[in-house]
Parts: sequence; structure tokens; C-alpha cells
Amino acid sequence: MNARPAATSALAVFAAALAGGTIRVIDLTHTLTPEFPTIVMPPELGQCAPFRMEEVSRYDERGPAWYWNNFSMGEHTGTHFDAPIHWVTGKELADNAVDTIPPVHFLAPACVIDCSAESTANADFVLTIPFVEAWEAKHGRIPPRAWVLLRTDWHKRPPREYVNLLDDGPHSPGPAPAVVRWLVEHRDVHGFGTETIGTDAGQAAHFTPPYPAHHYMHGRGRYGLQCLANLDQLPPTGALLLTAPLKIRQGSGSPLRVLALVETPP
Amino acid sequence: MTEPLIRPRRKDPLRKTREPLLPQGIRSRTAFGLTAAAAEGRFALQVCTDCGCILYPPRDACSRCLSGRVPFRDVPSGGVVLAETTIRTSTDVYFRERTPWRIGTVALDCGPSFVAHLHGDVAEGARVRMTLRLDKSGNAVAIAMPDTPTEHQEDDVQLRELTCDPKFRRVLITDGRNATGQAMVRAIATAGASIVFVGLADPWKPFPGEAALREIPGVEVVSLDITDSQSVADTAGEIAHRVDILVNTTEHPRIGGIMGRHGLTVAREEMDIRYFGLLRLAQHFGPTMRARGADGVNAAAAFVNLLSVHALMNWPLYGAFSAAEAACLSATQALRAELRSGGVKVLNMFAGPLDTEWFQSVPPPKLSPAALATATVDALRKGIEDAYVGDVAQDIRARLDVQPKALERELGA
Repeated sequence: MNARPAATSALAVFAAALAGGTIRVIDLTHTLTPEFPTIVMPPELGQCAPFRMEEVSRYDERGPAWYWNNFSMGEHTGTHFDAPIHWVTGKELADNAVDTIPPVHFLAPACVIDCSAESTANADFVLTIPFVEAWEAKHGRIPPRAWVLLRTDWHKRPPREYVNLLDDGPHSPGPAPAVVRWLVEHRDVHGFGTETIGTDAGQAAHFTPPYPAHHYMHGRGRYGLQCLANLDQLPPTGALLLTAPLKIRQGSGSPLRVLALVETPP
Repeated sequence: MTEPLIRPRRKDPLRKTREPLLPQGIRSRTAFGLTAAAAEGRFALQVCTDCGCILYPPRDACSRCLSGRVPFRDVPSGGVVLAETTIRTSTDVYFRERTPWRIGTVALDCGPSFVAHLHGDVAEGARVRMTLRLDKSGNAVAIAMPDTPTEHQEDDVQLRELTCDPKFRRVLITDGRNATGQAMVRAIATAGASIVFVGLADPWKPFPGEAALREIPGVEVVSLDITDSQSVADTAGEIAHRVDILVNTTEHPRIGGIMGRHGLTVAREEMDIRYFGLLRLAQHFGPTMRARGADGVNAAAAFVNLLSVHALMNWPLYGAFSAAEAACLSATQALRAELRSGGVKVLNMFAGPLDTEWFQSVPPPKLSPAALATATVDALRKGIEDAYVGDVAQDIRARLDVQPKALERELGA
């Protein structure tokens, strides 16, 4: 295979744009810390393990010249990726786990729908089809195989307001059942991403079907991203997301580093 | 009447902290029978099976009939002070810095005479109640108490050397979220602790009683998650030097046996919260507490564990939980040995099922969290190291003594 001349290679142009700063890298990831909230299930059910770290050595008698840690956490801890096998609707699909998803799916463009004002006004804000249609009227039709990211500015909230647990469960924004189905069937989206602790609204256990983002996205082999940060730094369209989860055999999801590539107009 | 204790002044930072010293701690193997009784707050002496003679000091044969069958039995503790004396100087480094120190000869109604420590409200000729206590070395000593309680009797300096009274001490309750933790905060605050530090994990999770907990005078809420080594290290860094008594109220009772549970997620949580949690607390608070075992009126005094009595014998209905509790019990025995050089006691409170949501399906008798908290304060005031609280715990303790194999079969029936 002949290498193309450097100047016309797409990757070389890309690398030059990165080096030159016309393409910027924005980190959409929360730092993994023991304090970061995990999803809360009723206490008699199985729980997602929070992030924990134990020092193996720190230039001391346990290892004189090196510092390293062992860590533990659930597949759905911190900023993480949901594979279709995560949900019962996606359990029979081909290539449905983090180790078998085609790697090309870990690079995809993103449409960012800004619901931050609505979510600030109403923690139980629900995204609807008309709301997305209004967004499309402004920014264009959502292209096939693009991520749809729900910007709520939720990542700026302190932990208690972030989880927002009341005695009837968590209250945080998310999509209505109809819009998720519509995004999959009529817009062929790649997946759905949120700043909140799950892709679904805090009260989505009471929707029909319950947890519609999980139900429809994973049922059609699409993906989820949650606990995203810094969505306010992304343009409505044009960002490219790098979302490679850990290659866990039959993994239902994985904490990951989510990077957005954003082009600054010259 | 005992001079009531005065709230200790703030420590002079220019003065060296007094190092913990221990009184002479060598006992014969037989004499550990006294330590066993003192550990539970009982008064027991050897009683000859053959002639009924009650023996003291401990010996291997009856001093009257030479029988070798001389087991320890609980005996009446009443007596009279025959003579008293005050020691004003000593070559022993522990007593040297604690003189003057009163001792006396006490004739017990049941026979033997004791040379014993005397409570300050006990005069020559007085009726007394003899008690066995654990001294700073962890061994049994006898102190004669007033026959009827006197005002502020628990503040006596010689007695306080043998107890872990929360009065004017600073106490860490590791988990204020559960019912036991909240009852413990109330009991400890009522007992006169000067500060009650209350640990709280996951502050973003609301919980019942939160507002009331924060209102209790003397309560200082601290961030503490004993499943997170960094959290324990951080909080210990802030407050370990001010923790005189640590009460681990973090609990995780879950139903389920060994074989039938689906996977290890819950078992891991049980071990992480209970066993590893205990280790984290021991590693980060233990060394500072051990160094402060003689630091004045509010010297570090006790590390308290609330254990299921099924640590002693597995209850298969809560089989994995029992196993985790047994691991904790074993660790507390090691911790006891490690803290002893500082004169800091490890108090294990054994309880049966609590009257909480996690034992909902278990029939009574169940122990209320408030009763467990009250018993803990009582145990600290007595200075004991093993307490069996409530009917179930006491029943299991008794049956273990008689026929452990029968207990195993009956708990698994």
C-alpha cells in the first residue's frame, strides 16, 4: 500500500489541526473519586460499587521506587458507557457487549440539545419530540449514527442536588419514551448521552416503558453515555466524540474517558 | 461524696504528652479466671467443688481440702474494709505518677480477704461491694466500691483509671445514618461526652432523623466513609488526636446463607463495610489512640465494636453476615493486643437481632437500638471488654458454655 503524500492525508491534516489548535480536545469526563455518587437502587437489590482505591506502594517499604494503586468500581460508576447487553431488551443482540462492539462505533459525531434553562426551572424536565424538532429547525436534522447529548448543566451541581433524592426517588431531567423511540426509528441515532447519573430521567421508573432510554436504545443496539461533564463547552453540532470503553469480556458497560473533538473556525 | 470531675482545660501545647504506662501485668494462667470475670463485669472466685471453700488469691488446689477441682463461679461480693492505707510513693513507674493511691484489706462475707484498691468514698470499717475490673494492662484488679452508690462515684480518680467513662471525653460515632448510630449519639451525649463526632458517608443521600441528629448539643458531623480508605485517612488526620472513644456503628446486616445467595456482591459489601471497615479504622485511628492512653482526664480509653452474637456461632439464616461478624471478632482480638500497650480497651458489644428493618422477618425478642446504646454506655462506665446485650445474646453465651455443638445444630435447624 502506498502512503499518500503527507499534505493530502486526512489523518495528517487532522494531526496538523490538532497541533495547531484549530481542533481542540474537550474532556467530557468526571474525575473518578470515592465521593462521586453512583446510582441508588432499593437497598435489598444489588448495588453498583462506587470507586475505591487502595495504595499498593508509594516509594516506600511496599515498593521503594514506585507509586501505584489498586482500584475497584462497578461497570456503571463515574462517567460511563452503556452497552446494549446492559438492558434486558438488548440481551440477544449481536455484538452487544463492550468487548464485541465494532471499534468504529467508538468514534461518532454528536448533536447537543441544550435543555439547561428548562432543567434549571424544572428538575423533572422531560425531553419531547417537539422540543427536538424545534432544535432541528435551528440546527438542522440530526444525521444518522450521531450521538444525541442532553445538555442540562447538571454536571455543575453539588452532589446532593446532582442526585436530588427525595422520598419518592431521584429528580433529574431525561427523555420521554416517545422521543427515544423516535430518535432511534426516525433519526437512526448512535446513542443517547446525559450529564445525569443515568440516561433516563430520575423518575423514569414510572414511565411506560420504564427507563425508556435504556429500553429503546439498547433494544436497537444503540449506546448510552452518562455522568458526562462540560457539555456546555460543545457546539450544538460538529463535535466528534471518542468513547472507547474498557474491553471487558461480556462487559455491560465501562467507565471511560470521553473526549470531544471540536473544530474552531479559522 | 466524690469531688465531681471538672471539664479538662485545653491542653498546653508546650507540654509533652504523658506516655501511657501500664501497671504490672503478669498473672498466672489460673488467675486469668479473674480477668475473664472482670472482662464481663462479673465477680467470680474459685469455689471448691468438693468442700465449697471460696478461694482467693487464685490457686491450683483448694487450700482447705487440696482438691484440684476449683472452678471460677460467681460469688457474693459484699464485704467490710478492715484496714486502709495510702501509698504516697512508689518505685513502680505507673503508680509513681498516680500517687497518692489508697488500698485496703477487705474481708468478704463469703470468706476470703482481699488487698484491693479502694474507691474514694470507702472508709475503714465501711460495708463495700467488691468488684473485679480490668486495669490498663488488661488484667483483673479488685476495687472496693461503696455499698450503695454515692454522688459522682464514677468520677473517682482511682476508679476512672479502670473505666472508660464517656464523661468529658470526645467520642466518634462512625455512622450516624442508621438507627443504632443515632441512638448511640444520644446515649453518649447524655452521658456527658464533651464532643460527639458523628461520621456520615454519602452526604448526598438524605436519611430519616438527619435534622434532629444535627441539633443534638455537642454533635459535630464529620465526613467519614469506612469503606473508603482515603476518607478514613482524611478524617483521622483531622480528628484522631481528639478521639478518646471510638464507637463503630457502621452495620450491614443482610439475610442469606452461604450457598444459596446468587454471587458474591453482597458478601463483598459485608466484608468491606464490616471487616475491612474495622481494619481501616484501626489503622488510621488506632495508633493515635494508643499514644494518648494516659493523656489526662480525657485520655484515649476505648475502641468499641458492635458485633452480632452470631460471630460466636453461625446463624445460617444470616450465614454470610455471621461469617463477616466472626472475621470482625477475630480482628478485634488482635486489635486488643495491639492497643493494650497504650492502655486503650477494646470493648465488644455482642447483640442478637436488632429491632430494625434488616431483621424485620425475625420474631422477637429483638434488641432496640436504644437498649444497645444504653448498654454500651453502661459497659464503658464499668470498663468491661465483653458485653452480651439482650436475651438472645445472653442465651447464646450461656449455651456456648454448656454445649456448643448443640447450639450449632439448633441455630441451623
